Amino acid sequence: MTRMKNVFQKIAVDQEICMHCGACVGTCPKNALFLHDLTVAADENCNGCRLCVKVCPIGAIEIIAKGADA
Amino acid sequence: MKSLATDILVVGAGPAGSMTARYAARGGADVMIIEKRQEIGSPVRCAEGISQSLLSKVELELTPKCIARRVIGAKIFSPAGHCLTLSEKQAGDEVGIVLDRVFFDKHVAKLAINEGADVRLKTAATGLIKEKGKIAGVKATSPEGDLTIRAKCVVGADGFESQVGRWAGIDTNLSPNDITSCFQYRLTGLDYDPDYCEFYLGSRAPGGYIWIFPKDEDTANVGMGIQLAQLKTAGQIKQTLDRFIAGDERLRDGKPLDMVSGAVSISAPIDKTAMDNLLLVGDSARQIDPITGGGISNGCIAGRIAGDTLAAANEKGDFSEKSLQTYENGWRDEMENRLYRNWMAKEKLIKLSDETFDKIIATLAEVGVEKVSSLAILKAVESKYPELVKEFRQFL
Repeated sequence: MTRMKNVFQKIAVDQEICMHCGACVGTCPKNALFLHDLTVAADENCNGCRLCVKVCPIGAIEIIAKGADA
Repeated sequence: MKSLATDILVVGAGPAGSMTARYAARGGADVMIIEKRQEIGSPVRCAEGISQSLLSKVELELTPKCIARRVIGAKIFSPAGHCLTLSEKQAGDEVGIVLDRVFFDKHVAKLAINEGADVRLKTAATGLIKEKGKIAGVKATSPEGDLTIRAKCVVGADGFESQVGRWAGIDTNLSPNDITSCFQYRLTGLDYDPDYCEFYLGSRAPGGYIWIFPKDEDTANVGMGIQLAQLKTAGQIKQTLDRFIAGDERLRDGKPLDMVSGAVSISAPIDKTAMDNLLLVGDSARQIDPITGGGISNGCIAGRIAGDTLAAANEKGDFSEKSLQTYENGWRDEMENRLYRNWMAKEKLIKLSDETFDKIIATLAEVGVEKVSSLAILKAVESKYPELVKEFRQFL
């Protein structure tokens, strides 16, 4: 099955894996991630630092474009 | 846009938020709690272990439904399998009860409601209202559409992912050394000892531990936390936990009833938790024990102090930072030294090799530890390995 990926600024959150726990939201040093209802979204402040990728306990986040600092 | 007004607005109906609401309402303030989820206490994001003695610091009579299981002690395993058993005789401090958070959170919310607090579910704060530079409430989404909720004081009890503090300009940012990423299954069909909480230390869970907390005779919360700075690849936590379970014959045939993911702060106390017309409590104030990752008791204790402070502030009609210092000082008197000591101990533990863990646990198992508490363990470590604790001896 093809997984739907919600694509945002620089990260992609696999909504079929995501458990909406907020680990990435609280970790993001730029406060660029938000938990809206049942989706995680990133805004233009994301610099692609990868902390959200690593903190996500289940690996639901990937970087789809390199940030300035990455 | 619909507009509401209250004296105190609490964002988040976890234990810390509900305790704050309970005591503020008891003291005569109009209190509203908003909760972004549709159900208080669910989904659970917790290993659910709590100590009887820490809980006794707040007036919280637990109903039978809140308690999944009472354990008679804890077993701490070193990488090579040495076991330090902290048993019934010494029981008391750190782990004694495994909660059912689905009921516990509702119970604490009910205590707040009994004192007169109002609750709105599926209502999520989206920003602060500021008037002439002063915080005057929050904007929120709700089933009735967008809301403005005016309040004399806003309480951020919005957990690890707290936005309220960030919106207000309080620095709650955490370093990768001060975050633990966690994953847990509730497994059933286990053949195990359901009378002890188990902890597994060492390089298999660097900067954290693996836990087995009994829920009933054949069901347990089995999870692990690893310090974010130690994580290399996406999804590493779940994969590592899956490997641990597959390698343990008591666990490998268990079937999952629940999966929980999340993160907790394991930081030193933050500098500021109160400002004009706003305060933070619980996980959002980083009031978590940096060794155990436990936050329920601390959140309840701080919530009580916050609620009492807010009731007094409401009576005076003064929600200035100065007026809210009773909270800032109160929670620090209660737990700041302990949090700071355990943060320093955590920084040490992360650096220990598996061989050192084996040596320490084996030695402690031989000499015994008087009480089930991280302080008692650290004191025992001090007697045998003073160099490990010399940098924070003043806190022991």
